[in-house]
Amino acid sequence: MTHVRIHRFEKLWLGAAFVLIVAFIATIVYGSLGPGVAMVGDDGGTVNPDNPTAADNFRDPGVYQADDDSYDVYVEARQFAFSPGTSEPIRVPADTNVTFHVTSGDVTHGFELVGTNVNTMVIPGQVAQLTVNFDEARTHHIVCHEYCGPAHHAMEGSIEVVPQSEFTPPQQAAADQSEVTDT
Amino acid sequence: MTFIDKFPTEAKLVRWHFGVGFVALAIGGLFGLVQALYRTGHLRSLLPINAAQYYTVLTGHGVLLALVFTTFLICGFFVWAVTRSLDRPLSHPRLVWTGFISMVVGTTLAAITILNGFAPELPFGSANVLYTFYPPLQAHPAFYVGAALLIVGSWIVGADYFLTYRAWRADNPDKRIPLQTFMVLATFVMWYLSSAGVAVEVVAFLIPWSMGWISQVDPLLTRTLFWYFGHPVVYFWLLPAYLAWYTILPKLAGGKLFSDPLARVVFVLFVLLSTPVGFHHQYTDPGIAEGFKFIAMTNTFMLLLPSLLTAFTVVASLEHGARQRGGSGYIGWLRALPWGKPSFSAMALAGLVFAAGGFSGMINAGMNINYLIHNTIWVPGHFHLTVGTAFALTMMGVAYWLVPQITGKRLQHRTLAAIQPFVWVIGMTLMSNAMHRGGLAGLPRRTAKPLFRGEGAAPFDPVVGTISEMQLQIAIGGTLLFVSLALFLAVMVGTWLSRPGMGRLSVNGSIPSALSGPADSPRILDNLKVWTAIAVVLVIIAYGLPLYGMLADGVLAPGSPGFPV
Repeated sequence: MTHVRIHRFEKLWLGAAFVLIVAFIATIVYGSLGPGVAMVGDDGGTVNPDNPTAADNFRDPGVYQADDDSYDVYVEARQFAFSPGTSEPIRVPADTNVTFHVTSGDVTHGFELVGTNVNTMVIPGQVAQLTVNFDEARTHHIVCHEYCGPAHHAMEGSIEVVPQSEFTPPQQAAADQSEVTDT
Repeated sequence: MTFIDKFPTEAKLVRWHFGVGFVALAIGGLFGLVQALYRTGHLRSLLPINAAQYYTVLTGHGVLLALVFTTFLICGFFVWAVTRSLDRPLSHPRLVWTGFISMVVGTTLAAITILNGFAPELPFGSANVLYTFYPPLQAHPAFYVGAALLIVGSWIVGADYFLTYRAWRADNPDKRIPLQTFMVLATFVMWYLSSAGVAVEVVAFLIPWSMGWISQVDPLLTRTLFWYFGHPVVYFWLLPAYLAWYTILPKLAGGKLFSDPLARVVFVLFVLLSTPVGFHHQYTDPGIAEGFKFIAMTNTFMLLLPSLLTAFTVVASLEHGARQRGGSGYIGWLRALPWGKPSFSAMALAGLVFAAGGFSGMINAGMNINYLIHNTIWVPGHFHLTVGTAFALTMMGVAYWLVPQITGKRLQHRTLAAIQPFVWVIGMTLMSNAMHRGGLAGLPRRTAKPLFRGEGAAPFDPVVGTISEMQLQIAIGGTLLFVSLALFLAVMVGTWLSRPGMGRLSVNGSIPSALSGPADSPRILDNLKVWTAIAVVLVIIAYGLPLYGMLADGVLAPGSPGFPV
């Protein structure tokens, strides 16, 4: 039986490398369990890419109030616009839980709030779901960050986060809300 | 005895692989210059393309450099490494020619469909799908057939590495596998295992779909198959650079490799861990549970181990070489290294830049911190340090040393060659630091006009610097990289066209044995069958359940029709 002879410095280096690796993994675990950094998973479910808004787990694009301090925002991405978001800004109140449900009606897109960690791929057939708490009233810039065709660079939008006192829930929210409370 | 005199057939194979790779490098590099200028808005009006054609340029740049240039260089370089280290000719050179021709035909088909984007009125299809070709964006079938022929061609070339090894083994039943051959075989085990993913994606789904034989494909499934291949492919690029850093660079530095056994351990770790990591490119994908992403992240971080070991061994080998040359002091020995020799400086600088790329890679790998930079220009900022420098600049260094040995001609334009690696690193430093900082500010990648809305830089709020300063650094950096590339190609063409026998070759191709040789290590390290089996098990653990979940609701569902671009 032979043994690999490892230099003393190399052993030290190896040990330090292991510590680094464990530390990296620990920071991610802590981020998830401690501050609760939410990540995109598979809880959005699937939809028919040809007609995503008809699915049970999706709604007509728009902002809906779920309860006192949480809102749902359904966004449909299509070449080369977010609906809502591009032709009119998405308006949500600050200091509430805003859950985005984003899907695509055609090709793969991206949905990113510039300079934040609100960032997801938008894949046909899948619903990306992520919950955000905006702690300050300001406008965020949305970009499509995945190439989606010849006018990809023109695909963008905005989100207006307004103070809770200035926020009026959209009309359709109350009406639609009653339909889905039992789901 | 020079390689070309001892192995003329193999030298010719290496020359042809390098030649085609350099043509791809020239065209892809020119496209890179066009991109750097167009997307930053510098001289945009002088460029003969419109915004939609930016994506033609981008597709050409990615395919020709990341897929074509790399594959040809690797296949050629490995022909040399196997032949030299086994000290025998290839067992089936015709097989290698067959693979080479398959790769050339595939590249030509794909290139025609891409380049037709510049003249859409011509009937040669279109393929503005970028090098990731995510469905349901759809290219002409010839693009996918070309991609398949490129991959399959590399498999055929690789088969002869194994056949030649088998012939050597029959004559040398008790010897340890020579280090370079071991590295080649390990790399190709990993390559066969991982490129199977993209082969299934292209052959089972994208070709039939683009031909109209099936009406839809599942975008998440095909994307997952792509990334099953898409991360290991970066190790397919990196491991040949490691081969050069472990076996050639110490000699150029005037010394020897520190440890042969640890080099083998590093390659074994890559065989095991390269493939079950692809989900780290899909951290922000819906439809994949967080647990599977976490497994991929753990494997990814474990891959830091072989790379950090490599950093140690390479630096230790360089220091040994420098001290042999009379260097002294804690860091003073660095001055004793042959920085004026382009083969050395290119490889050593590439290694240095790779360290920086490794650090930004650690950010990419962090499952939650990744959300800040996913699909921003940070990401190409990262991989221009890795494939764009660690691989590309190392291969330029290899070429300065190897092309004389495979052509029998002295390296020409030595002054240009001596400054070229430094110009590359300056250009890359300018471009890449700005891309990383721009990404932190949310500047997206893959876009013709990142500031389209005309609000200037208003939505982007950089932590350090300004958007216009970053754009300028990217434009200047990209221009310097193109100048450096032109210098490299001038040296290559000049050398290739020079008359043979202009004085004696000044390179010598011999490679000294390691300070600590293979006899010091357990033989199990050489048992690639065992490592392959474990690698397959790890792949099944990482991919079994999520792939089952994607297939269970129908192989083609949820399915999308094609959107030709």
